[in-house]
Amino acid sequence: MKQILSALAVTALTASSALAQTYAVTNGRVVTNTNAGIIENGTVLLRDGDIVAVGAEVAIPADATVIDADGGWITPGIFAPYTQLGLIEVALEASTNDAGADDSDFSVALDVADSFNPAGTHIPSTRMEGVTRVAVYPSTGFNIFGGHGALASTRGDADSLFEHGSFVFADLSQSGASRAGGSRSAAWTYLDAAFEDAAGYLGRYSNAHHGDALDRYDAAALVPVVRGEVPLVVNVDRAADIRRAIRFRNEHPPLRMIIQGGAEAWMVADELAAAGIPVLIDPIRNLPGSFDSLGSTLAAAERLHAAGVTVAYTTETADGYFNARLLAQHAGNSVAHGVSWSDAFAAITRVPAEIYGVDARYGSLAAGYAGDVVVWDGDPLEVMSAPTHVLIDGAQTVLESRQTMLRDRYMDITDETPFAYRR
Amino acid sequence: MTSNFLKASAGLAAVFCLAACSGGGTASSGSGETSSEDGGEVVRINLDPYPSTYEPMASGTTLIQNATIFDGLGGQIDDGDVLIENGLISAVGVDLEVPEGATVIDAVGRYVTPGVIDIHSHLGVYPSPGVGAHSDGNEATQPVTAEVWAEHSVWPQDPGFEAALAGGVTTLHVLPGSANLFGGRGVTLRNVSGRTVQEMKFPDAPYTLKMACGENPSRVYGNRGTSPATDMGNMAGYRAAWQRASDYRDDWHEYWDAAEAGEDASPPRRDLELDTMMGVLEGEVLVQMHCYRADQMAQIMDLAREFDYQVTTFHHAVEAYKIPDLLAENGACVAVWADWGGFKMEAYDSIRENLALSHANGACAMIHSDDSGGIQRLNQEIAKALADGRRAGIEISEAEAWTWVANNPATALGIADQTGSLQPGLRGDVVLWSGNPYSVYTRADQVWIDGAMAFNRADESTQPVRDFMLGQPGEGDQ
Repeated sequence: MKQILSALAVTALTASSALAQTYAVTNGRVVTNTNAGIIENGTVLLRDGDIVAVGAEVAIPADATVIDADGGWITPGIFAPYTQLGLIEVALEASTNDAGADDSDFSVALDVADSFNPAGTHIPSTRMEGVTRVAVYPSTGFNIFGGHGALASTRGDADSLFEHGSFVFADLSQSGASRAGGSRSAAWTYLDAAFEDAAGYLGRYSNAHHGDALDRYDAAALVPVVRGEVPLVVNVDRAADIRRAIRFRNEHPPLRMIIQGGAEAWMVADELAAAGIPVLIDPIRNLPGSFDSLGSTLAAAERLHAAGVTVAYTTETADGYFNARLLAQHAGNSVAHGVSWSDAFAAITRVPAEIYGVDARYGSLAAGYAGDVVVWDGDPLEVMSAPTHVLIDGAQTVLESRQTMLRDRYMDITDETPFAYRR
Repeated sequence: MTSNFLKASAGLAAVFCLAACSGGGTASSGSGETSSEDGGEVVRINLDPYPSTYEPMASGTTLIQNATIFDGLGGQIDDGDVLIENGLISAVGVDLEVPEGATVIDAVGRYVTPGVIDIHSHLGVYPSPGVGAHSDGNEATQPVTAEVWAEHSVWPQDPGFEAALAGGVTTLHVLPGSANLFGGRGVTLRNVSGRTVQEMKFPDAPYTLKMACGENPSRVYGNRGTSPATDMGNMAGYRAAWQRASDYRDDWHEYWDAAEAGEDASPPRRDLELDTMMGVLEGEVLVQMHCYRADQMAQIMDLAREFDYQVTTFHHAVEAYKIPDLLAENGACVAVWADWGGFKMEAYDSIRENLALSHANGACAMIHSDDSGGIQRLNQEIAKALADGRRAGIEISEAEAWTWVANNPATALGIADQTGSLQPGLRGDVVLWSGNPYSVYTRADQVWIDGAMAFNRADESTQPVRDFMLGQPGEGDQ
């Protein structure tokens, strides 16, 4: 994966209302996601973009801008681990949908970083619901591979995308099988062959453009996955498919694997825990949408946590571009179905950061972490709670979106100012 | 049925059996399409050829005590009691007497509401699993299919029904999809398990007609190079169809008038498509119309005026907040999501305050799911809508917001005198929640339908499992 270093310039249209400075977020219930646990009436101090202190007795510098949480909650920003934010503006309008490339000649080599649009209007509406970091996923195209995913903040500026080449996405479920030719065996054979192509890169392409599965450019793009430098995210739901995925991982060290979907992951929870393979699931998925997901249940999250599987939550049953902002509701429902509050909250903050290998910077509140801090007017997993302040990289963001502008325009329908003149 | 429906129904009966009933014949719900009277045959239309065979499950007397009660009409009773007897709500109040033999439930700290009503569901017609063989929601073969009935597509073994029950849903309205200008009839169901859809049909609930605005019909047919391919094509399609329906109705009136006068008259040729549309023109069949944009809803309200019918509810209506005044003037309700949108251009202006803002500005508004997941959590959906409304400065009480899943959808379905609120004499459709239903952590503990406990979270023997799930992974899991 590649860190993206770009200019510090922040334009007027971005989330940042001010350049990073010193902020003291005080007077709230601080959820640290660290050994410090929850600190009642605590303070988080941020300077020049990063957190510099967290605790109950933090001295507030004279130059700090104080943000009073007013007895609310102070938490790390939500990290949505499975989104298509910045790729889709209007899903059904192909001209605004950059998530997949059915007609491309390429697959593994595709990189969502080239498609990501930080100016998309769903980014501010996601940010104002407390989501500060997202993993951006490609859709699959002509074969089982969607290409490379990336990690972004919801700042909405030129620096939003902070890492690309973060993972490679492959679909080995029924839909992947369909793309591979019609059966699961076709999909796994394709993946096997693609790995051989990448393992044999560059040699087997010295005289040929084509490999067994992948052409030269895509094979090159798969090399970091084969070497275990970049994780492979495998979309599978059926228990048998998950077992097959575990076997594939075991047969291809040092491959790192992440399971996405995982409707029946709870049925193979012990094997997943033993294999150390993390799982991305939507905890509210409970209907058998297909014969791949007959075991879908609201108890899945709790069973996975209990077995010791590393679990992060998604909004897969809704969508990943408009509704990623509802992730806290999905997590709250897992608590209603047996998951501890701290496990559920970690599954949308710290654990996604761990899964993508960026947990030294994101997902917790401690000195040295990026200044992603959200102040809530209540329990962040409650459907009636909302952020009052969202800081990203140590800067306050504006809690406005195109949606709030529409709301404000139509709040008072008796006002005689013509609607188009109300701004 | 509501008083509105009774009026409409009586009106229709008068129309349909003007001749047949004139000599003291029976009401129009006879079993055949023709009847003999005084030696002459008068053709009439059987309005109920697929009657409900629903029978409530066995019930006893249940008294729920010491709960916080939202009555579904906007009222709240603290530390209150609800008595269910003989399948009906028999009393709601404080410190009710305990009838002999009653099952008494102490609900301290818990909430009681009328059962949740979802006015927009595709359970059964787009069931789980979503296999090709069960894709039965859209007769997308021509743009006007008012002759198809959703109940003829409902698969009663959809496991989505029991998942919705665990979320407190006691009544749901299942619609055809929105590919067509006239999609066909919807059906209102009790959320009970039945071997047949007839065993689930809400007795005597009015029929509905699904219509659709906007992108879906013009995309489906435009992509085939046929009409409608545009919004103006949609409008032309509705107008041409309503004109045919209007002529059809006139033909029947002419026939019945003649028959009434003892003249020798031939009945019009029966047309199943126009039967449904004539039902709308006569005020018996309620129009439930998929429409997103404000300007399109305004066009449709003009259309309804042109052909003299009523749009009962606009569904989805993501831009209702832009025209609450027009909606109120026209008496059209809106059924909306809390916060979904963005998936197509006509959903682009979705805002989180749509429900609260439309409600506060005078429109008759309610929540809907249109989704097998969303229907399980309509309490959370209205919680979000309420919270977002309050943050925008709109004062709405928790009890008032409960009308969005209760009396308002019941009214829009023409069944508000049967369910949707906790009033003596109404059906015993009741949910006991583990806490405040506006909390994400709250679940339905027990659900009664017609006074019978249909779901009990604490007792697996009172948790239905559809045939399809038997022997499958996860059988019996929520």
